[in-house]
Amino acid sequence: MDHFPLLTAIMLAPIIGALFLSFLPREADKIIKMVSALTMMVALGLVIYAYEMYDFNLGGMQFVESRAWIQDLGVSFILGVDGISLPMLLLTVLIGFSTVFASWNITKRSKEFFILLLILLAGVTGTFITQDLFIFLLFYEMVVIPIYIMVLIWGSSKRVSKEYSGMKLTIYLLLGSAFMLVGIIDLYLNAYPSGMRTFSMTALAQANQLGNLSEGFQIFTFFLLMIGFGSLLSMWPLHSWSPDGYAGAPTAVSMIHAGVLKKIGGYGLIRIGLLILPLGAKFWAPWIALLAVCNVLYAGFIALVQKDLKYVIGYSSVSHMGYVLIGFAALNGTGMNGAIGNMFAHGIMSALFFAMIGYVYEKTHTRYIPDLGGLAHQMPRVATGFMLAGMASLGLPGLIGFIPEFTIFVGAFREYPVYALLAISGIIFTALYILRVLANVLFGPRRTEFDGCADARGVELVPLIVLGSVLVVFGVFPQMLMGMVNSGVEPMVPFLTKLHAAPALLGGLFR
Amino acid sequence: MNITLLTSEIAIICLSLLIIILDLLLPRFETRRSLGYLAAAGVAGVFAYTCTQYGVSATVYQGLFTLDSFALFFKQIFLLAILLTLLFSFDYVEGLAKYQGEFYALLLLAVAGMMIMASANDLLTVFIGTELMTVTFYILVGYQFNSSKSSEAGMKYMILGSVSSAVLLYGVSWVYGCTGSIVFEQIAKHANTSLGMLFGFGLIVAGLFFKMALIPFHMWAPEIYEGAPTPITAMLSMGSKVAGLAVLLRMVFIAFVPMQAYWGGIVSIIAAITMIGGTVIAMWQTNIKRMMAYSSITQAGYMIVGLLSADASGIKSVLFYAMLYMFANVGVFATIIAVKKHHGSNEIKDFSGLAQQSPLLAVVMTVSLLSMAGIPPMAGFAGKLYVFSTVIEKGYLWLGLLGFVMSMISVYYYLNVTKVIYMNEPCVQKEFIVSQPLRIAALISLLATLWIGIYPGPLAELANTAARSLSIL
Repeated sequence: MDHFPLLTAIMLAPIIGALFLSFLPREADKIIKMVSALTMMVALGLVIYAYEMYDFNLGGMQFVESRAWIQDLGVSFILGVDGISLPMLLLTVLIGFSTVFASWNITKRSKEFFILLLILLAGVTGTFITQDLFIFLLFYEMVVIPIYIMVLIWGSSKRVSKEYSGMKLTIYLLLGSAFMLVGIIDLYLNAYPSGMRTFSMTALAQANQLGNLSEGFQIFTFFLLMIGFGSLLSMWPLHSWSPDGYAGAPTAVSMIHAGVLKKIGGYGLIRIGLLILPLGAKFWAPWIALLAVCNVLYAGFIALVQKDLKYVIGYSSVSHMGYVLIGFAALNGTGMNGAIGNMFAHGIMSALFFAMIGYVYEKTHTRYIPDLGGLAHQMPRVATGFMLAGMASLGLPGLIGFIPEFTIFVGAFREYPVYALLAISGIIFTALYILRVLANVLFGPRRTEFDGCADARGVELVPLIVLGSVLVVFGVFPQMLMGMVNSGVEPMVPFLTKLHAAPALLGGLFR
Repeated sequence: MNITLLTSEIAIICLSLLIIILDLLLPRFETRRSLGYLAAAGVAGVFAYTCTQYGVSATVYQGLFTLDSFALFFKQIFLLAILLTLLFSFDYVEGLAKYQGEFYALLLLAVAGMMIMASANDLLTVFIGTELMTVTFYILVGYQFNSSKSSEAGMKYMILGSVSSAVLLYGVSWVYGCTGSIVFEQIAKHANTSLGMLFGFGLIVAGLFFKMALIPFHMWAPEIYEGAPTPITAMLSMGSKVAGLAVLLRMVFIAFVPMQAYWGGIVSIIAAITMIGGTVIAMWQTNIKRMMAYSSITQAGYMIVGLLSADASGIKSVLFYAMLYMFANVGVFATIIAVKKHHGSNEIKDFSGLAQQSPLLAVVMTVSLLSMAGIPPMAGFAGKLYVFSTVIEKGYLWLGLLGFVMSMISVYYYLNVTKVIYMNEPCVQKEFIVSQPLRIAALISLLATLWIGIYPGPLAELANTAARSLSIL
């Protein structure tokens, strides 16, 4: 198995699945779903194999594949994973696998739905495994259009119309990516003189060490990238697409979007922003920390007063991204560990949340919190999923959310004690709105109007079991996640220490 | 004198004449579809022949007509464009009331005009090529004799087009007066930046910008795109625009080298206005052909951006973009024709439920539109990357940023079409017929767009060869 192109296979599995689906007749509803499930199962199996086979002690990029792609631009098709991308990859396929089952009840135009879903998953998978910026961009925007079409056809127009939310989501992300594109082209042009240019991330990271990138240039370019990745990550002033978008989207899209897509923003900030433009990152870090606190508190406050279930979780995910950002802004090994760990943890729990909301909505036809209540009587299994996700979200020890959050605060406290304190106080608001939702939706007296609602059963349980067990297992054995993450962050630590020692333009002002 | 250099032009013109003769010989009520097939086969043959000519670099008629890889690249774009346009317009032509045979013949003559423009090495040959192209287009735009819109468009195009030709010709006379020559190399030798020369240059450029429909020379485009028969709209937007570009490139980089000092400022501002204006106005259109008119204006804006960096990489990026623009256009107009045949009109709302009636065309339309918007992994992204990276390198960072922001905004109106295609239910319940040639053209455009987008290497190399043959460096 030495030369088996493992990562290519992982990426191609959904594409082959989608191609296969496009030849199936439209009426073959069950077969279409089974093929999709099988495809994602293959991908999941391969990723788990990769996760197991990854050599912690060796670290660095593994399973590397490289092919020349576009000579005159200096693009090569390089795939590889390290301790940062592997957890993200695992997250993608775990959630991708669950979304297929969470969408099992879709009967309207199911063929198109699953084709788009698989294309979307292939795109996300690709972004995490490629080590070349050009290929990264190809995959990055491949996801936008399927999402738009999925929101339009299978979305819901409960509070905002799905046309509006779909378009808002798409345009926001694309405009953000326009800035990112310019940033990346600027970087590409300035890193090396003409003739030696390359999009390879490793080579670009070396350009900084060679002194090809001046500090002013780095600051400017990092700003462009920050707008691009920040809008994807729903960084504070750029976050408003997120709750509206999730509210309009079908369950599967909400799960993937909140679960994985947002993480591309964080991943990009680390992989491209920090590693290629460290001085830029250092300059902007205090600002990012400030915006992160806004994320945590502002979104947390708004989540408190939402009456629509999806909006609560939408704002909660914006709030949680604040933790990721502040962990990143700390620019030390601990904070980085926490940030990456939290991206994984939040992905799992928000996907579980959205899956459960999908079930509740499917059976009760409402997401309006005051209309709901006492669902634990009729739907104990859904209630379990809700509880698990909620408890993980407020950081209950023993579930997946606790260790990464704790790590983030340890890391951030060293750099920004005041901000860290403010962010920690966000946990209180998280607890408030999560418990409020759980209490109002699940508990209380039995309501007779929901007696006809069946509990989740059969294949519907797959997302609950898969994601729920990940929540618990990784919570009880955090080393399984944090060990992997740490093996990716470890090599960065000397780099980060050196960065702290380096003279800075403005960064010191905020300490 | 090496007359073989003109083989492809001669072949196309002969083909056109042959079609006129056969049209006379065929019984009056017989379908003219066979002539369409003949035209397509002939064009395919000429295209195959041009593939063997790469690497040639020679002139004929005392340097008035030149054949190099640069000209060949453009000729191949035109030949591919006409070939695919023929494939998707057989049904359309059969629906015309009269003169079906002449339609094919005239279309071929227009292409011959474009091919001459690509090879023109002096101002008069430029003018001849331009006129051959535009005069045939005057006729073709007004070809639907039973439609007042079409006749109006034909009349408008003739008046406006003649004015622009006059402007072009007047500019030529000034340049001739200042330099004493019309051959590009000679002009380059005697070129100066005297006022008369600048005036003449400005007039010529204005005339060509009119053909390319750049803002503020764009006023004719929406009306004429809307009124013209759809295959002609397609050829106007692919051919007229790209041919103007071919002339502009050769002229600016060979004949008017000293003018380049003035070039950057003017072109960057016109490109910026065109990108903004085209995008903003396109948002409000409800007719798909009008929307495509404004979209093609915007696309021309992107293309001339590449002219700013006066070097081989800039020209390469323009050539690359022209090719992928052609493929995207084919996809869009093939779909428009199929939908028009089904519904009888060209409103965006007619696309309702296309995804369920013809999934292939729905995908082709979406992919082509998104390629124009520059969304990866479609070809448009690679094209924009090439174009804007060359100008950002020259220091026009603002223009690059503007271009990317505008292309993301343009996604709004492209996605509005996608929305109608995918979200709405079909409004007319009858079988949606897609003829086989149209399906083939659409499929070629889809595959080419995706292929160039994901693996742009081969096309980029070809464009590079072509750009370098324009021996300016």
